[in-house]
Amino acid sequence: MVNSELIIALIPLLPLIGFLLISLFVNRISKSLASLIATGSVLVSFLLAVIIFIKLIGLPVDQRVIQVNIFNWISVEDFSAKISFLIDPLSSLMLLIITGVGFLIHVYSIGYMHNDEASNRFFSYLNLFVFFMLLLVMGSNYLLLFVGWEGVGLCSYLLIGFWFKNKEYTYAANKAFIMNRIGDLGLIVGVILIFIHFGSIEYSSVLQAVSKQGGSEILTLITILLFVGAMGKSAQIPLYTWLPDAMAGPTPVSALIHAATMVTAGIYMVARNNILYTLSPISLNLILIVGLITALFAATIALTQNDIKKVLAYSTVSQLGLMFVALGVGAYSTGIFHMTTHAFFKALLFLAAGSVIHGMQGEQDIRNMGGLRKYLPITFYVFFIGVLAISGIPPFAGFFSKDEILAKAFEHSPVVYGLALLTSLLTVFYMFRLLFLTFFGNARATEEVKHHIHESPKSMTIPLIVLAILSLVGGWIGIPEVLGGSNQVGEFLDPVFTSSQVLLSEHALSRSTEIILMSVVVVSTLILIGVAYSIYVSKNTVPQKENSTLSPFHTLLYNKYYIDELYDSVIVKPLKKIAKVFYRLIEKSGIDFMVNTFGNSIVSGSKFARLLQAGDIAFYIFAMVIGIIVLIATGGLMK
Amino acid sequence: MKTVQGISLDYYIWLSAALFTIGVLGVLYRRNSIIIFMCIELMLNAVNLLLVAFASYYQDPQGQVFVFFIMAVAAAEVAVGLAILVLMHMNTKSIDIKVLNRLKW
Amino acid sequence: MITAFLIFWPLVASLLVFAFHGYAKPIALAASIIELVVSIVAAVNFISDSSIQYSINYAWIQSAGINFHVGIDGISLLLVLLTTFLIPFIILSSFSINYKNPSVFYGLILLMQMALVGVFVSLDGFLFYLFWEMALIPVYFICLIWGGEDRGVITLKFFIYTLSGSLLMLIALVYLYFQTQGQHSFDIQQLYAAGRSLPVREQGILFWAFFIAFAIKMPVFPFHTWQPDTYNVAPVQGTMLLSAIMLKMGIYGVIRWLVPMVPYGVQTWGESAIVLSVVGIVYASCIALVQKDFKRLLAYSSIAHVGLISGGIFTLSKIGMQGAMIQMLSHGLIVFALFYLVDIIVARTKTKVIKQLGGIRSQAPIFTTIFLIVMLGSIALPFTSGFVGEFLLINSLVKYQLGLGVAAGLTTILGAVYMLRAFQKSMLGETGENTSSFMDLTTREKLVLYPIVVLILGIGIYPTPFLKISEAAVNNLLTIVTNYLALVK
Repeated sequence: MVNSELIIALIPLLPLIGFLLISLFVNRISKSLASLIATGSVLVSFLLAVIIFIKLIGLPVDQRVIQVNIFNWISVEDFSAKISFLIDPLSSLMLLIITGVGFLIHVYSIGYMHNDEASNRFFSYLNLFVFFMLLLVMGSNYLLLFVGWEGVGLCSYLLIGFWFKNKEYTYAANKAFIMNRIGDLGLIVGVILIFIHFGSIEYSSVLQAVSKQGGSEILTLITILLFVGAMGKSAQIPLYTWLPDAMAGPTPVSALIHAATMVTAGIYMVARNNILYTLSPISLNLILIVGLITALFAATIALTQNDIKKVLAYSTVSQLGLMFVALGVGAYSTGIFHMTTHAFFKALLFLAAGSVIHGMQGEQDIRNMGGLRKYLPITFYVFFIGVLAISGIPPFAGFFSKDEILAKAFEHSPVVYGLALLTSLLTVFYMFRLLFLTFFGNARATEEVKHHIHESPKSMTIPLIVLAILSLVGGWIGIPEVLGGSNQVGEFLDPVFTSSQVLLSEHALSRSTEIILMSVVVVSTLILIGVAYSIYVSKNTVPQKENSTLSPFHTLLYNKYYIDELYDSVIVKPLKKIAKVFYRLIEKSGIDFMVNTFGNSIVSGSKFARLLQAGDIAFYIFAMVIGIIVLIATGGLMK
Repeated sequence: MKTVQGISLDYYIWLSAALFTIGVLGVLYRRNSIIIFMCIELMLNAVNLLLVAFASYYQDPQGQVFVFFIMAVAAAEVAVGLAILVLMHMNTKSIDIKVLNRLKW
Repeated sequence: MITAFLIFWPLVASLLVFAFHGYAKPIALAASIIELVVSIVAAVNFISDSSIQYSINYAWIQSAGINFHVGIDGISLLLVLLTTFLIPFIILSSFSINYKNPSVFYGLILLMQMALVGVFVSLDGFLFYLFWEMALIPVYFICLIWGGEDRGVITLKFFIYTLSGSLLMLIALVYLYFQTQGQHSFDIQQLYAAGRSLPVREQGILFWAFFIAFAIKMPVFPFHTWQPDTYNVAPVQGTMLLSAIMLKMGIYGVIRWLVPMVPYGVQTWGESAIVLSVVGIVYASCIALVQKDFKRLLAYSSIAHVGLISGGIFTLSKIGMQGAMIQMLSHGLIVFALFYLVDIIVARTKTKVIKQLGGIRSQAPIFTTIFLIVMLGSIALPFTSGFVGEFLLINSLVKYQLGLGVAAGLTTILGAVYMLRAFQKSMLGETGENTSSFMDLTTREKLVLYPIVVLILGIGIYPTPFLKISEAAVNNLLTIVTNYLALVK
């Protein structure tokens, strides 16, 4: 039996090796070999993660922590950052999601990218991403978290701009990287403050020190700074606008990075530091508020979007908001649970959307789709399952996790509950709108396109089917006690959140309240589906074409509340102006002018002085005599 | 009364001061290079006279040694200076120093 | 002896280059490689403690208390290694260019190397000043003879500006010299003692005299205006010498001379220096945003990076100092590679205006990949050398004062903005008319760039050996300074 340290070290190492192999021989290996290396390395990682998971389960509940030190990375004075991995229930769950969903998406990509000439490059980036993502969740200290954090940002940048000839895609890539960098600054300053105040950046010692010391102002500052990082990575207000644009990348990327894994890094980070947040209620409230607003805000935008991927992108932003709501009310394991189910169904939805796009030869506008049920039957069914899951129809995965969030929100306050409920109902509406417009009704595609529509190859449909199954059964790991389950995921994660749970007073809802809440959700969901059906299928409403007049509110939503334009005029343009002022006014006509003036004044001064050198010898001698007399005279005076 | 060989030291000082002043004024006022040159010699000799006088008065040979040095230097200077003058005359057909006012910048 | 060899071998080599001018390139390259090998030998035999090793103390002008006193400690060694490592690559990078008078060109580079190594190993104030000024002369001629448009005015400004800065340092050195006990001496220990014995007011004045001299060399805001023009006009090897190695002279001066010599002055005025540095970081980053010319963009980004280093040093913390050391190394490598890459672009497209480029990636994937990695180093992505230094420096600044740390941290955002923008406009998108026949890297170019890239990543992934080299020396230096400051109070 191989020891578990080696296995743990191999989990992130394999994708890295895959990346190195593919990228070093990018032009020399065939497409199939590259995809094989990439997919294989992630598969092996997944299997290893499963082994580790089983081992962890085998341990007693309070000993489920394995730490593996690889080497000392940076050490200066009392600062030391190790490359070391921490496996506990939280990270092992993340490992399973990342490698599992990652593997499926790799398989899917083989089919999706087989026509792209640069598919080798694509797979190398994907592997690099998996490596950094694993580093992010496995790292045993804050700096490794940051390394993974920036690393996935880089991969996201590379993959959004994968088709680099398209200018708009590269803009989207830059936007994503820069917005993330803003968050990253918050994160790194937070990490530095942690080091300064706790003398260490290892989770184990910091978390322990924090639970001993209790809350403080500096802790609030630290947690807010860390959350700024999460705002960037997990696309929360105000740093969310990069995510919809990030859909420029190939669809598997959207599924893997911008739905299932990378964007949930913020959730992971907050959950990892749950004790810090529990002890600083201000930050926790901030998370709650930001999460709520984002969830609602993004959901309303999603109502009017016509690009199949954009709808899903806003839906992701909104769902992430919901996860933050869960974290904000102190229900950390609920947040993680929703993250897990979301990873399944959102990856499924994106990949299914990819399958639609693939079948439609790159068409993404749902106004040009419709009636695809006949043409893409498998895709339709899996997409339908995904929609049911995200809408929270029992017994699909989303039902359990979303219901848990709503229940916890209700415990916290009815207002939060109300808003969260509204969000989830909006979700139901826009998802069914998407479903109906895409797969039902008349086929609106041109004859030319219709002729070519084809179901995707097996390498794409099989991952879809697997994900569809997961979207169905994924929630069963967290069936609430009310429904006769035992909430296994919650119990499994409990050790990570113990110290927080001690502090957060739990007042469980009564059985009846919980059941009433559940039925309210389900009934209103079903009603809304009916409404959506009547609008988009029975009445066959199709969103209007561009430049047609819409109601003011609709226009506002369609243009995403003009947030991009707002940022452009409030931040980007002023910054450019300031830079220009710096350059033209301060640099050129300020500092440099002064320097030059100093030099020039000496030159012009000597121009004046040289007039004395008239060339008249008599004058020279006269000056000399005067000089001598002055010297003698002053010499006399000095004495 | 301070005397050197029966003549009051004051007279030596006055004489050499007068010679020196004549030399200075000559250098300042005259434009003819040769006369300027001669005036420089006059100044040097004024100094020589003073040195000799004081050497004798203090019974210290150092002053006399200085005079020899000055004479040697003056001789060398005359050699160079006259050579410059000759060249100057060859080039400008004049020994007026105003002609040389291009010696600038 | 090894120190003397390191100093004088380039001199001998430059004479050889002058003598056999038909073989200037191979001789220069061989000589610089020999120098590199010797310096590596020195590094291998170096015992990593705080002592000064390989020292030579030879009475030179005894009556004036001037000694030929040289030696290497951890701080020196790192910079000597940087110099000896980069010079062969600088020489190699010029092989595809046919400069007129090659023997003079390579001879001057080697002379420059002598002066640079001399600066980094001098332990005598006079000697230090001598090498300091000597370094200016070859690079002046390199820029003047082989530079671009307007080189006369720009190089003159550069020369005068840096020279007048050095003048302040000379005055300060001489002043300290007259403060030394017993027979006056320029020996570093004597000067240290003299400086530390002064009251705070005089230490403050001396601080500014030294600081301005070093700040001009680095350059730190607002003494930087010579730099963008000079980088722009100099031939690329000149720019590399200036940016990759020569500006480290200023930083080294701060660490070796300024901080231990007038610690009280540093403590009193350090905050102003830090504020200047941080202002410079934000200011230069902002200006880099609107640069249209690739070289100018790199010049301003260099000012921003150097500002961070200087800020970190003046926090007088070990993290800051060690960060500065590793960042000097990293900055040297990165800036060398960036200027080389941009020079390749200029040589192939005949333009350095970013907007006129575009689509290079589809023509030259290897070139673009290398550029990307170096750029990521420049914007301090983890696992590149840039991150280690920048993280430690920002760490020290945050510890010093949160606001300053955050302001300095803005460089990571702004840096990403201007670098990514430049990358996007030049490398991505559709191929334009300038880039339609862009050739990928040649073997020789790969030979220059691959080792640099490997080092950039290597230092980023495993910086410990490099941190170890200077650790003891930095420790020692700071212990002395803190003890002194505790005593003064």
